[in-house]
Amino acid sequence: MTEIPEHLRKRAEAAKAKAAAGGDAPSADTPPADAPTGTAPTGDEKIPSHLLDRGTAAADMPAAPAGGPAAPVGGSGPDGHNQRLLTVVKSGSIQDTRALPVDKVHVWPHLLVAEFLSALAVTLFLLLFAIFVNAPLLELADFNKTPNPSKAPWYFLGLQELLTMFHPMVAGVTIPGIGLILLIMAPYIDRNPSKRPEDRKFAISLMTIHLMFWAVLVMIGSFFRGPGFNFVFPWNAGLFFEL
Amino acid sequence: MADDKKSGGMSQMSEQVQASQAWGSIFRPGSIFRKGYSDSPRNRSYVIMNSVLYHLHPVKVKRHAVKVSYTLCLGGLSFFLFIHLTVTGIFLMFFYRPTAAQAWNDIQTLQTAVGFGLLVRNMHRWAAHLMVLSVFLHMARVFYHGAYKPPREFNWVIGVMLLQFTLLLSFTGYLLPWDQLALWAVTVGTNMMGFTPVFGEQVRFVLLGGVEIGTDTLLRWYTLHVLMLPFVLVIFLAIHFWRVRKDGGISGPL
Repeated sequence: MTEIPEHLRKRAEAAKAKAAAGGDAPSADTPPADAPTGTAPTGDEKIPSHLLDRGTAAADMPAAPAGGPAAPVGGSGPDGHNQRLLTVVKSGSIQDTRALPVDKVHVWPHLLVAEFLSALAVTLFLLLFAIFVNAPLLELADFNKTPNPSKAPWYFLGLQELLTMFHPMVAGVTIPGIGLILLIMAPYIDRNPSKRPEDRKFAISLMTIHLMFWAVLVMIGSFFRGPGFNFVFPWNAGLFFEL
Repeated sequence: MADDKKSGGMSQMSEQVQASQAWGSIFRPGSIFRKGYSDSPRNRSYVIMNSVLYHLHPVKVKRHAVKVSYTLCLGGLSFFLFIHLTVTGIFLMFFYRPTAAQAWNDIQTLQTAVGFGLLVRNMHRWAAHLMVLSVFLHMARVFYHGAYKPPREFNWVIGVMLLQFTLLLSFTGYLLPWDQLALWAVTVGTNMMGFTPVFGEQVRFVLLGGVEIGTDTLLRWYTLHVLMLPFVLVIFLAIHFWRVRKDGGISGPL
């Protein structure tokens, strides 16, 4: 048996006394206002009639005595309760849940530590690489000595490779221009809203072909082009490549 | 005893410093530098919220956004390499004059007579190639994750611009050593530009500062390389980073 706290017991006793005094008028202390006078509301409201009946029946009975072994002495409901059920509100019918909770973590330390460590790793890599590999510095620029082959920086070697196959207008302007415009327009061309790889087979294949196209051209331009920009195998003719 | 006194004096001094107006004016109210750091959710928020990092990062991000296997850190590393290149580049600027008569000699002197000169030049060069690579890989990563899709379409456009500025920065830097490699690589590159329809010749003339590569070209490309292109790139970077946050952080899991 748990002890009922003093203040709760007092409140219950006061309610019981009031119910006993009021008898047949539970709404004695509510102002009648402009409502039609009657001991119970009439049945034309939204409360289902069986619940309303139960409510009025409970109001006519004296309240159950507080304390003791909870005997359903005066209750009128199935278990002796005298509350009445007004209505059941399903979740989501009134509250509109727009933002679902997102699983978030603090940027410090979770993100900053990863960023710091990766920056540190790259710095270390650069430092070691710079210690052991020197940047090229060939002899002074000379307009009268054209090196053979003359190559553009590696990221333009794909273009230079195209120049061997097409007219300069096509290789140097049209093809890279179209490629670049398509790349910029990608989000406006690709209207497929899904991000799942299995829904984007076409986009992924197209991009992979595009990237491979340039990668292969850059590789050929870098390693397989010798004197006169002729095709050579690096294991036969050696490397003609400076970074 | 003496040790106690000393550490007491030290802590008293640090308290005085932290209570001074100068210190308080540097570190914002709530900053961990004002009141010390102990690991709590509130302090974890303050580290970002009350520091300049708030320009770059929100206080919290989606749990999936910190997965290194998703981003491979490529975007952040591209930015880090840009900072790295700026720092090493400023060092190089102290020893370099962009004229045909002096450029090559200055680099030769830098490598042989300046402390850490060779090392810093090496780092600058390798970081530049690495940045081209990492920006390119970042673009591929973003494409394969479909991260260019709404609402991030425009940030993709900014990103492609950034890739082009990266290539231009690298290409303008290529000429500066004024050695055979620089001269002829740039000759090949600018010859391609001459084939632009309608105003190909004009484009080439403006870029070279004349009809052929010379000391004017060097000055022009130097200015582009150390001032104009980084300036434009930083503006685009700011928009790029701002849009990442405004578009709701990096794209979600697949």
